[in-house]
Amino acid sequence: MSNLGIEVRSLSKSFSKRKGLMRTRRSVTRALADVSFEVAVGETYGLLGPNGSGKSTLIRVLSTLLTPDEGDVRMLGYHIPGEEDEVRRRVGRVSVDAAFYKKLSARENLLYSALLYGLDKAAAERRALEILEALGMEGEKFTDPLEELSRGMQQKVAITRALLVNPPLLLLDEPTTGLDPKSRRDVQTFLEKLRGEHGTTILLTSHDMAETERLCARIGFIAGGRLIAEGTADELKATAGAETLDDAFIALAGQKLDDEGEKRREAVLAEA
Amino acid sequence: MEQVLRQTWGFLFRDYHLTRRYFSWVVVFTFYAVVNSATVVLIGVAAGDRRLTLTLMVGVMLWGLLSVVFQEIANSITYERWEGTLEYTFMAPVSRLIHLAGVSLFSTAYAVVRAVIIVLGMLLFVDIDLSRANWPGLVVVLAVSSVAFIGLGLMAAVLPVFSPERGAEATNIFQGVLLLVSGVYYDVSVLPRWLQPLSVVSPATYALSACRKLVGIGAGSEMVAGAPLSACAYELTVLTLMGLVFVPLGLYVFALVERWAKQTGKLKRTG
Ligand SMILES: Nc1ncnc2c1ncn2[C@@H]1O[C@H](COP(=O)(O)OP(=O)(O)O)[C@@H](O)[C@H]1O
Ligand SMILES: [Mg+2]
Repeated sequence: MSNLGIEVRSLSKSFSKRKGLMRTRRSVTRALADVSFEVAVGETYGLLGPNGSGKSTLIRVLSTLLTPDEGDVRMLGYHIPGEEDEVRRRVGRVSVDAAFYKKLSARENLLYSALLYGLDKAAAERRALEILEALGMEGEKFTDPLEELSRGMQQKVAITRALLVNPPLLLLDEPTTGLDPKSRRDVQTFLEKLRGEHGTTILLTSHDMAETERLCARIGFIAGGRLIAEGTADELKATAGAETLDDAFIALAGQKLDDEGEKRREAVLAEA
Repeated sequence: MEQVLRQTWGFLFRDYHLTRRYFSWVVVFTFYAVVNSATVVLIGVAAGDRRLTLTLMVGVMLWGLLSVVFQEIANSITYERWEGTLEYTFMAPVSRLIHLAGVSLFSTAYAVVRAVIIVLGMLLFVDIDLSRANWPGLVVVLAVSSVAFIGLGLMAAVLPVFSPERGAEATNIFQGVLLLVSGVYYDVSVLPRWLQPLSVVSPATYALSACRKLVGIGAGSEMVAGAPLSACAYELTVLTLMGLVFVPLGLYVFALVERWAKQTGKLKRTG
């Protein structure tokens, strides 16, 4: 079979919302429109796009939290929709927001997750401490309620949760957004090591140019739910005739990468 | 098999630690429940009516158990949505059956402990002889009716997926209606005629009727010894059937809404 970690073909996903006083108008957001790309096993692929471009939606489809409207997704050969159970066993995900029980400690949150994946508790605890140490988090915070940890540390716990099960596929949705520079470097160094040592297939979304360029072999530009360009950083710069990745994005997407104003691109398609 | 046990244990582990971390709230709620129960039962004492006192006591005990079973299960998804962990629970390789079984197991254990504390607490305030009650029979009825309430809880649990706030509101309204129509502290015959049909579909109605017999509340004002379980055959049959229908129905409704949520993007914390 192929050695593809992630295979996405003509993927589309829309959300509709009822609007207006009587909730009779329907506005439809096309979060993903005909997206296709591949990530080889062991490769780190970066998705760069501004807020609202559909990055998180894509990650959610790949982690079986959203059903695609159209298209075919294969994760290590397993289909979505159809083989979600197989996919779930093989995927770890880190999202921007640290989604934890805030009163529970890192230990309790992590062991809960480990048990859901069927891991042995004692082994999981040892591994959790190893990963946290590698990420540069002190062990004594392990039993403090998560709400008492800084955002940087919470994100390290989130990464630990994703890695605890040693997943062959890792989906990272802006894992370093909002982190202090040291935590950001810790995380980036760790990811480089992970790819080198475990051959993990990683899909990373970001709107941080430098990070993407440092970590990812190939990069896709996403804007308005469409994958508008793809290649190595150098290829993208050459295609756009630009000096930097930033300029390449502006040239190809016609918008800036960190443009908050572009957040909502809702097309009112149907009015009833 | 080991996998299944670990996963079930995962939910018990989580809920145990959540209870531990919110323990001061658990103490406060339990204190309130004990005091509230005592004040209800003291109405019977003040009236000098042993039959009324016992009826109120049965109501307090039963509602203390069943409403907590229902509430804990119904709120489990709400908690997850508030915390934002719902997506992570749903993307774990756990069957919904194990997930909900784990939640139901903990909720029921928690409710049993609460109910025992309420009964013991009540006995501090009210001097009443319960030695003639059919205790093994009561345990059977409570166990069977808990299953029916687990089913109701499962159906309510999925409501917050539609909307966290509306879901929690609907759960409370539903629980209030159950309290009203089941005749927890009175016979359902005192309800307005138009409400009485609703009492027929509430499992609590049958649980109450059975428990009153087992505790020894007869038809007249005289006190009798607790009836044998065979006297509750009708109630037990209805409760068993309700459990057999409500639990699979609850799981089915849950699965339907989960599928819908994945199509419409409702699992996300916001939106
Ligand atoms: N669950 C959802 N319900 C409704 N709309 C959504 C949902 N998730 C995303 N969207 C919309 O889809 C678009 C893409 O969002 P998202 O995938 O979160 O982008 P990004 O992660 O790149 O910021 C946005 O317009 C957003 O409002
Ligand atoms: Mg996002």
